[in-house]
Amino acid sequence: MQSEIFLETRDVVKAYHRHTALSGVSLGVPRGSIFGLLGPNGAGKTSLIRIINRITAPDSGQVLLDGRAMVAQDVERIGYLPEERGLYKDMKVGEQALYLARLKGLSRQDALRKLKHWFEKFEIESWWDKKVAELSKGMQQKVQFLVTVLHEPPLLIFDEPFSGFDPVNAELLKREILELKAKGSTILFSTHNMASVEELCDNIALIDRSRKVLDGQVAAIKQQYKQNQFELELEAPGQDAQALFAGTAEVISDQPRGTARRLLLRLTEGSDSNQLVAKALQIGKILSFRELLPSMNDVFLQVVQQKTPKS
Amino acid sequence: MSKIGIILEREYMQRVKKKSFVIMTFLGPVLMAALFVVPILLQGLEDEDYKSIAVLDASGQMEQVLQSSEMLSFDFLDPGRDLETLRQEGEYYGILLVPKDYESQGIKLFSTEQPSINIKSQISSAVEAHLRETKLLEAGIRQSQIDSLRAHVALDTIRWREDGSAEASSTEIAMAVGFILAFMIYMFVFIYGSQVMRGVIEEKTNRIVEVLASSVKPFEMMMGKVLGVALVALTQFAVWVVLTIVLVWAAQATLLGDMGGQMQQMNLSDPQAMEQIQNMDMDWQSALMNLNYFAIVGWFIFYFIGGYLLYAALFAAVGAAVDNETETQQFILPITLPMILAFVLAQNIIANPDGSLAFWLSVIPFTSPVVMLVRIPFESVSVGELLLSAGLLVATFVLTIWLAAKIYRTGILMYGKKITYAELWKWIRYGG
Repeated sequence: MQSEIFLETRDVVKAYHRHTALSGVSLGVPRGSIFGLLGPNGAGKTSLIRIINRITAPDSGQVLLDGRAMVAQDVERIGYLPEERGLYKDMKVGEQALYLARLKGLSRQDALRKLKHWFEKFEIESWWDKKVAELSKGMQQKVQFLVTVLHEPPLLIFDEPFSGFDPVNAELLKREILELKAKGSTILFSTHNMASVEELCDNIALIDRSRKVLDGQVAAIKQQYKQNQFELELEAPGQDAQALFAGTAEVISDQPRGTARRLLLRLTEGSDSNQLVAKALQIGKILSFRELLPSMNDVFLQVVQQKTPKS
Repeated sequence: MSKIGIILEREYMQRVKKKSFVIMTFLGPVLMAALFVVPILLQGLEDEDYKSIAVLDASGQMEQVLQSSEMLSFDFLDPGRDLETLRQEGEYYGILLVPKDYESQGIKLFSTEQPSINIKSQISSAVEAHLRETKLLEAGIRQSQIDSLRAHVALDTIRWREDGSAEASSTEIAMAVGFILAFMIYMFVFIYGSQVMRGVIEEKTNRIVEVLASSVKPFEMMMGKVLGVALVALTQFAVWVVLTIVLVWAAQATLLGDMGGQMQQMNLSDPQAMEQIQNMDMDWQSALMNLNYFAIVGWFIFYFIGGYLLYAALFAAVGAAVDNETETQQFILPITLPMILAFVLAQNIIANPDGSLAFWLSVIPFTSPVVMLVRIPFESVSVGELLLSAGLLVATFVLTIWLAAKIYRTGILMYGKKITYAELWKWIRYGG
């Protein structure tokens, strides 16, 4: 029996002796999806991730994996790339990868077989006997990623995966994340990088000052936060746009484009996009028309700033 | 448990493969041997340095008193000779000026170099002995009586075993063995304890610790490291024991041959001396043989492991609490203090291995690993005392490991924060 929600947290509370890191956070990560955990610095993302990884224990609340309360053995079903990540500098790459894989519960033979596959895939077989200290930062990041996914865990957790990765490795990471999803893995990652959220995430949750303030599907959230703005390209030179759309929409900007012009419009209360198009047809020839949805960055800023008492 | 095994394996292999470990392990006994052999060789070199001293003796008694030795020779010149011309000639190392009434006026030694303490004491003790004898003779004591005053009594120590049989023992050997063992425990606990600490700091600064923490429990991380390093220490100890036995055996094979030859020469000239030396040699050897090696090695390993676990756990906690090695100072001192104290006091305890200081320090777990090892070769520690000391040590290392684990699991994920004792106390109390 498979539940639709693969990873769930229920009312997770964590307080340190000076501040509250999490006050009752509940999340549900659907199976086989990519879930983005967003929030400003110090919001509690890393605290939550550490609790899911059983590195720290919650004061109260529960973490469920596949519909069951998590047990210690479950850490072997998670691949975790922490924000603070590193390797033993004076250990050989191969030895080290083997060691970390065995700590995740793989037998020596299984680990060797899988390592061979990944080293070939990344074309880094020649690194096996090199010491980590001899590798560049970017090379080390590849190794770190590799040991995270090596044991083929059904749940992958990346904490700020794009911070500190160079652009080449960040691209590689994105590609691999999508590939892992296609293979059926469930992926949770925290990030500041809103562009990557739009590119990758199916669902997000936004955490601000220890509380979850927003969650849901990325597409739905965009709909929810849209401001009924439209971009219209129109061949209608020399007319007063403000007067033309009076009663249907408010003109935010109006830029000439050769013989045409580009208008940015916001619908007024009670009208819809069809009415706007009908109005436009009367005025001139429509070259293009599309709804402007807010970027995740806009949503993020809007939500976080709303909640911030005077700043 | 199996994960502790994987960690232990890494910690052990990484250290044992290091060049510095291999060098220290195989060179250690050689260096130790050199520590004993080199001074003897150097002494042999020093003896070659032969000095002659001119004596201007106004008293006329010195010719019998100052006897030339292999280091010093005395030339008795006409006391009327001029000091200044002798200085300019520079033929002698020094010129000894002995006035007629040397007892009240004193003797003077002129030289261009500062004379060594050996030269000084050789001259003054010879003259003092002569004066004493002269005075005794003047007081009417006969020469034969004076000679009989130079007494020497041989004191052999023989110890009864439990069954009443006797065996030769040597206080000196028990002292030496006790001190060496105590020193080794002291050294091993510090060297390997701080290796644990550095290992933890390395994991923190490498930022690998969180990757590990997502696979294993902090307690397993800590114990894997502590036990792995313990095995490294025991490996080194084992190699040292084997190498020392081989070296001693080799040295005996080559050196004893020489000594046998020398003895035979002596045998010809003085059969009595020969017997004496042989007896002495026998006593030493039998005293060495009679040491209870089984008990000594067994207890050494027990107290090493106990003391090491007690301290290594604390070292691990310190490593977890700080960000780099320079910050460790404030925490290290209180940890190391009892051990240093035990080692310093060990010298008093050797002199009185059954006193109450010895008793208390060998029962208190923070000092017992060092102090008990000083006492064990004397075989005067009762079974009850040993069990009390051992039991307390075990209980205490369980306690320190428990405490250390609490600090460790909070500390390893804490970066860039100056840690105070108050903070540590909170970690222990809440330890979440």
